[in-house]
Amino acid sequence: MSKTSRTGVDRRKFLKGAALAGAATLAAPPVPGQAQSTAPAAGAAAGSTPLPTAQTAAAETGAPAHVRVLTQETCGSDFMVDCIKSLGIEYICSNPGSSFRSLQDSIITYGGNKSPEFIMCCHEESSVGMAHGYAKIEGKPAGVFAHGTVGLQHAAMGIYNAYCDRVPVYMVIGNGLDATKRRPGVEWLHTVQDACAMVRDFTKWDDTPASLQHFAESAVRAYKIATTPPMEPVVLVADGELQENPIPPDEKPRIPKLPRTAPPQGDSGAVAEAAKLLVDAENPVILADRCARTPAGIGLLVQLAEALQAPVCDLGGRMNFPSRHPLNQSNRTRALVQQADVILGIEMTDFWGATNEFEDQLHRTSKSVIKDATKRISLSSTDLNHKSNYQDFERFADVDVAITGDAEATLPALIEAVKRQIDAGRRSTLDDRGRKLGAAHKGLLERARADAAVGWDASPISTARMCMEVWNQIKGEDWSMVSPTGGVSRWPQRLWDFQKHYQHIGDSGGYGVGYAAPSSVGAALANRKYGRLTVSIQPDGDLMYAPGVLWTAAHHRIPMLAVMHNNRAYHQEVMHLQRMSNRRNRGVEMASVGCAITGPNIDYAKLAQSMGWYAEGPISDPKDLGPALQRAIAVVKRGEPAMVDVVTQPR
Amino acid sequence: MSTRFILGATVVAAVLSLGTAAWAQGAAPSGNADQGKRLFVNDGCYQCHGYVGQGGNAGPRLAPAPVAFEAFSKQLREPQHDMPPYGEKILSDKDAADIYAYLQTVPKPPAVKDIPLLNQ
Repeated sequence: MSKTSRTGVDRRKFLKGAALAGAATLAAPPVPGQAQSTAPAAGAAAGSTPLPTAQTAAAETGAPAHVRVLTQETCGSDFMVDCIKSLGIEYICSNPGSSFRSLQDSIITYGGNKSPEFIMCCHEESSVGMAHGYAKIEGKPAGVFAHGTVGLQHAAMGIYNAYCDRVPVYMVIGNGLDATKRRPGVEWLHTVQDACAMVRDFTKWDDTPASLQHFAESAVRAYKIATTPPMEPVVLVADGELQENPIPPDEKPRIPKLPRTAPPQGDSGAVAEAAKLLVDAENPVILADRCARTPAGIGLLVQLAEALQAPVCDLGGRMNFPSRHPLNQSNRTRALVQQADVILGIEMTDFWGATNEFEDQLHRTSKSVIKDATKRISLSSTDLNHKSNYQDFERFADVDVAITGDAEATLPALIEAVKRQIDAGRRSTLDDRGRKLGAAHKGLLERARADAAVGWDASPISTARMCMEVWNQIKGEDWSMVSPTGGVSRWPQRLWDFQKHYQHIGDSGGYGVGYAAPSSVGAALANRKYGRLTVSIQPDGDLMYAPGVLWTAAHHRIPMLAVMHNNRAYHQEVMHLQRMSNRRNRGVEMASVGCAITGPNIDYAKLAQSMGWYAEGPISDPKDLGPALQRAIAVVKRGEPAMVDVVTQPR
Repeated sequence: MSTRFILGATVVAAVLSLGTAAWAQGAAPSGNADQGKRLFVNDGCYQCHGYVGQGGNAGPRLAPAPVAFEAFSKQLREPQHDMPPYGEKILSDKDAADIYAYLQTVPKPPAVKDIPLLNQ
């Protein structure tokens, strides 16, 4: 405990001291307006029954042999809310919990339940998932409150996803360190010595403040750390005593100023070296994974690509590059990597995987797919925050120039360095390359349309048809597609016109299933104030992890359209089972056991309706889909969530 | 996501190459298309390739106009990349012929120009 806490007025000491004052009050005349302390005295004056002495009361109720003071005017958690407000946090996503009851009360009463507003969730995994999706739209963290024990345990998978996805989440967890102050029973079960240990391997920073001043400084420090690239979740412990005790009169905690942190920029020498390699390359390719972390990121990548007239393959960690830009060549990534003489990988999850081929057969084999002389350049802030235990850093990739720094902070210097090195002769050559890439882009789009036409009228509905029916309804709106697209064969990226940063926010990061539903609701929460039409293509298995988030969306009137990708299985796992069974010559007939979500089929429309959503389906005939989507979008435009359940083909 | 995207691209590229490789162009054995359609579902082909062989991220397009039977058969028995191997113990030559016959019956899709949703 800090000096302040030891010498300050903790709750029990305060009550003990106040008992003397309370006892004196009993003997004093009633004072109007002092509700708690005056009520007993007023009763004594008016009634015929004499007040019990403290000793009598204790004998009758088992209460301590002193008069208890039952109210207070201040509490530490009010100050904690001041800290949180100072950070500009808009929402606290949380399932209620006794270990942070004081903090919750301070948010909704003292804080006026506004900036931050308490968003009620039905599962801590949903709370974190919502904060995850929110941050990728809004560019700043939302808060999450949870028990330090059972709540954090529920939240852990979501935190891991956010960690792998380089997304800030601001966690505040309740705990009670002083064993003598814990209520018997549950409060002991909900207490832990080192609460953050459970998630320390996949959070960027944590602290357990022992005083309010300590809390204030750590609150600001946590925010600063979380929002400095590489962005990651952070955890603060709010001790129960610290929350609930009054703020000692002699304590004047102050909230430090939140610094404006400049993201780390790559070394200028390395940037110049990379620029020379790129300008001199005959067949460069730019791989962008989590390159654009703000709206400006897309523009920067466009500038770089256009300066070089180099192809860009958007790997989909974020919305990095306009889908219909002539230099977008995402649908022939592997071919371009194979022929490249220089590869620039920006904020890559897996550079090794992008340049190697791996076969998941009985004997696992791998081989490089690039030429021996190919130069590789990495630009990544993730190099600044590697940890050991969880293996999210992927296999080590040979690179020739590793620029450690934030992509967006470094790209302006790289663009300038590239432009400086291009003379008129080189410009002409690069422009010629750009024209060829433009033609290839047109061919890719035509190919995608031809592919989408196969199975157009099939039932179950093809994922291509479903995606294009959605696109037909939203293309004239200010839309935001917030769910991962890998499960629907990336048809949106192949066929829709993506231009803005909020039109795609990537995937879960850690592939922890159960991300799509809460992150979509969180993203929709962020989109709400901008009036955007939020759309998610919701995987069925993912929704079943914690469907209570549907209730959260309805309860808080978060408008969004969820289109169920109802393929009635965990199909990724079906394919793994097929691999195992066939490898052993047992056949795949049993591969759906433990993977298929059938018998009974889930009626997602009814599920959603039960939690306050407008919903239609299941829809199996593609002709019925367009009108259903139209009706649902009309509901969304009224400010409510709506679902259309579509029975689809697997991928 | 990136690994999955790239994997998908890899598989697509591999099978595209099947279509143009110099596989022997022998005549396909006759097969029962109706039985092949059942096998296509029961043996899990549709899981990656779709019910009409339209393909997607997890597996390439197989129909309409499948690759030559020899290439098809070789990919079944000794698959490239991550496709599960379909040995003769679990999929007979006749079964393979039936599945191939089914893929041959998948009709050509409507022309893209005739699908308004694909022209925007």
